[in-house]
Amino acid sequence: MSLETGGLGALFVILAMALVTLATRWGGVFVMSFVPIGYRVRQFIHAMSGSVLVALLAPLAVTGDTGARLALLTTAVIMLTLKKPLPAIAGGILVAALCRQLLPAVG
Amino acid sequence: MTRRDASPHRLDRALVWDGFKALLPLSLFVIVFGVAFGLAATQARLGDLEIVLMSTLVFAGASQFAALELWGPQVPFFTLLVTVFAINARHLLMGATLYPWLEPLSPARRYAIMLVASDANWAMAMQAFGSGRPGLGLLLGGGIALWGFWVLGTWLGLNIGGAVRDPASLGLDMVMGCFLLAMVVGGEKNLRMLLIWSVAAGASLLAFYYLPENSHVVVGAIAGGLVGLAWGKRE
Repeated sequence: MSLETGGLGALFVILAMALVTLATRWGGVFVMSFVPIGYRVRQFIHAMSGSVLVALLAPLAVTGDTGARLALLTTAVIMLTLKKPLPAIAGGILVAALCRQLLPAVG
Repeated sequence: MTRRDASPHRLDRALVWDGFKALLPLSLFVIVFGVAFGLAATQARLGDLEIVLMSTLVFAGASQFAALELWGPQVPFFTLLVTVFAINARHLLMGATLYPWLEPLSPARRYAIMLVASDANWAMAMQAFGSGRPGLGLLLGGGIALWGFWVLGTWLGLNIGGAVRDPASLGLDMVMGCFLLAMVVGGEKNLRMLLIWSVAAGASLLAFYYLPENSHVVVGAIAGGLVGLAWGKRE
């Protein structure tokens, strides 16, 4: 099913997106208030919560250009050494920018 | 200090303000990311009102960017909603992991706090809980900071859009990736987590290439979760 985004169509789509997102924000808490959190469930959720981020990142690293890959590498290295997210993120972005400015043919 | 004061689920105005301030440095990056989103949304031909409204009501960057990919004169409605759900399914886990500390609160406060739950303030709150410190102030105050600066950044992106012609050439498309990676690397690191991440990454890539679009997030997450279930942590 496709929706026209002219007129109120776009607002309707955005409202639906907001409701779906709200359901994800409230859903976990809501379910937990009925089902007790067992040890196994906690193990699963804990492993899953880190895995979501990795799963988002993996294709980004594989399909990204040289700038993107070096940016992620830089962030990982700075994060491992300094353990501070701010310099790690800034370093990554800086490397991506430099890479794309200086190596346009490679990037 | 009384027992009640020391409890990690404590929440008062001072803690919320502390949480707000704790997330301010990161909020500068959220502004940049918001600007990038505002720019991208303009290019995807969304109206100004719609763009700001999306950031205000949805407040979930990755899924908003994904929505732009599907945006046009016609929008594949259900595909879009499934994509948004898949990307934001991690909120379910945030709510679940936060539940032990939200349980003592009234349902109204519980769900009100969850309105602003997102990656950074959740991670910082969990870190605080992990070391026995109060974390709900970080969650709520930090969430308000992230939300406010996300909307502000989006609005700036619309208005100063002309100044940045090519966000990617400035590395701005990497803000989200670097942020998420910093969160991953900053977390627990041991052989068990390394295996979980490897399986999650492998499953995600397989799904990325061989399964329907956007399924890789959920597939990778579930695969990693199952490894965590199989290899239980000894405490």
